[in-house]
Amino acid sequence: MIPLFLGFAALLVATSLLVILHKNPVTSALFLVLAFCSLAGIYLLLHAEFLGMVQIVVYAGAIMVLFLFVIMYLNLQHDVETGVQIAVRRGIGWLAGAAVLLTGATLFGVPAGGGSGWALGPANAVDPAAGAGNVRAIGRELYSRYLFPFELTSVLLLVAMVGVIVIARGGARRGGARRGGPPPAAGPADPPEDR
Amino acid sequence: MAELWSNPAVQTLTWALVKVLIILHAMLGAVSYLIYAERKICGHIQARTGPNRVGPFGLLQPVADVVKLLFKEEFIPAKANKVVFHIAPILAVFPAIVTFSVIPMGPPPTFVVTDINVGLLLFLAMSSLGVYALTLGGWASNNKYALLGGLRSSAQMISYELAMGLSTIPVLLQAGTMSLVGLVERQAGWYPVGDTGLWLPNWGIFHWFLVLPFVIFLITAFAETNRAPFDLPEAEGELVAGFHTEYSSMKWALFFLGEYMNMLVISAIAITLFLGGWHGPGLFLGTDGWWSPGPPWMGLVWFLAKLAAFMFFFIWVRWTFPRLRYDQLMAFGWKVLLPASIVNVLIAGVWIYLRGPRP
Repeated sequence: MIPLFLGFAALLVATSLLVILHKNPVTSALFLVLAFCSLAGIYLLLHAEFLGMVQIVVYAGAIMVLFLFVIMYLNLQHDVETGVQIAVRRGIGWLAGAAVLLTGATLFGVPAGGGSGWALGPANAVDPAAGAGNVRAIGRELYSRYLFPFELTSVLLLVAMVGVIVIARGGARRGGARRGGPPPAAGPADPPEDR
Repeated sequence: MAELWSNPAVQTLTWALVKVLIILHAMLGAVSYLIYAERKICGHIQARTGPNRVGPFGLLQPVADVVKLLFKEEFIPAKANKVVFHIAPILAVFPAIVTFSVIPMGPPPTFVVTDINVGLLLFLAMSSLGVYALTLGGWASNNKYALLGGLRSSAQMISYELAMGLSTIPVLLQAGTMSLVGLVERQAGWYPVGDTGLWLPNWGIFHWFLVLPFVIFLITAFAETNRAPFDLPEAEGELVAGFHTEYSSMKWALFFLGEYMNMLVISAIAITLFLGGWHGPGLFLGTDGWWSPGPPWMGLVWFLAKLAAFMFFFIWVRWTFPRLRYDQLMAFGWKVLLPASIVNVLIAGVWIYLRGPRP
């Protein structure tokens, strides 16, 4: 277990670094996919099979494909930002990074037996009930104890969807977006034809 | 040595590796003869004979094809992104091979490589990773037709994945498990149809609320494998050859291999979810006067027979229906398949809540 964990963890750290260090946005996105997959591997090691698979389905399989789609469609080859903007962003980045590093160092500093401290290697997770255990357990918790936050999240997503439809529809009404493109029924974000 | 062998972990691992090797080579062989079958069936559908020159009935044609592909010149466009261009064909093949590790091809433990309790999710995860091969292949080629094919493929596969995932939910509600072996075991036996005296197999397809999901799953299967009538990513009339325009030699062959392996995988999943997996009518008359399913290998025979029937169906549809227009494809996915599968999840959920799942 420990060598597997170290392998996945090293892969996760390395790919995450490459995501922010690589200049080509498409390559960055691909490294992010790899990072998500190694995170799924760590979930599997912790016996959270459901989370691991959903991690791949949702993040690696759906969200990152959309990211790539957008990057390729807009053809962002290089980031040309200079001057104050980039300086401010870098400054904030350094500050936030330092804060995270400090927190991590403090938590590692606490001896492992001392309760809230961190330790290297996988946590000694209590094995959930065998069989279909953790899918069932997550379902139960999600639809009973955490029902309210769960529903709030869905409302949030619904708001985003409505927003997209409003924006897409506004563009179509001004008549600029129709030139030569595919017919208006060609996408998920299109308004229903109710005019 | 004997000491090492007595370790159960070593035994499991060794047998898993042996099965993986067998499945891998069986799949490669199956794919080459599927291509032969496709050409032969297509020929007969169009009132031709198909390949018949190499060997008896043209049976050695796949060998000739593979040798030809191996010796072809490999061409890489000058402005292509070399690394991604090499990775994309690999990504086309690997999800299909990984998924085959959880598919029960017969009664466990002999004919199952591994049985995990999220088997169905593994299939969904791998099929969602399959998009990358087409998208990246199209993008890395630095060719506008390839890019258009790649973009089309990502839009198409994301849209149809939703309907596919939702169409499997009623099956899970009925079975109460996500393990593929568990799903097949739930479909064993027979059940009586009312008072008619008729008995039907307890397969998924014979539950009334699973008929619509089966149809939706089939339609999305064609879209996910980019087969006609949903082969928009490589529509040769508009996009030269779509995402693999710039690929040649073995890299192109890998894309081809991936397409056929995906067909095999998605058919195997359809069989597992809806058509009873390795179960079949008993053919062996036991001493107690009942027809018994016979020895375990009979399960493998049933599974392979169903798989072959599915493959024939895939080929038959390809050479029978014309390609959809792109906006028709998207409208169909989002406005018909998705609402239909959501409504069906609701109906099945209410039914199972009120009546309980059928034993």
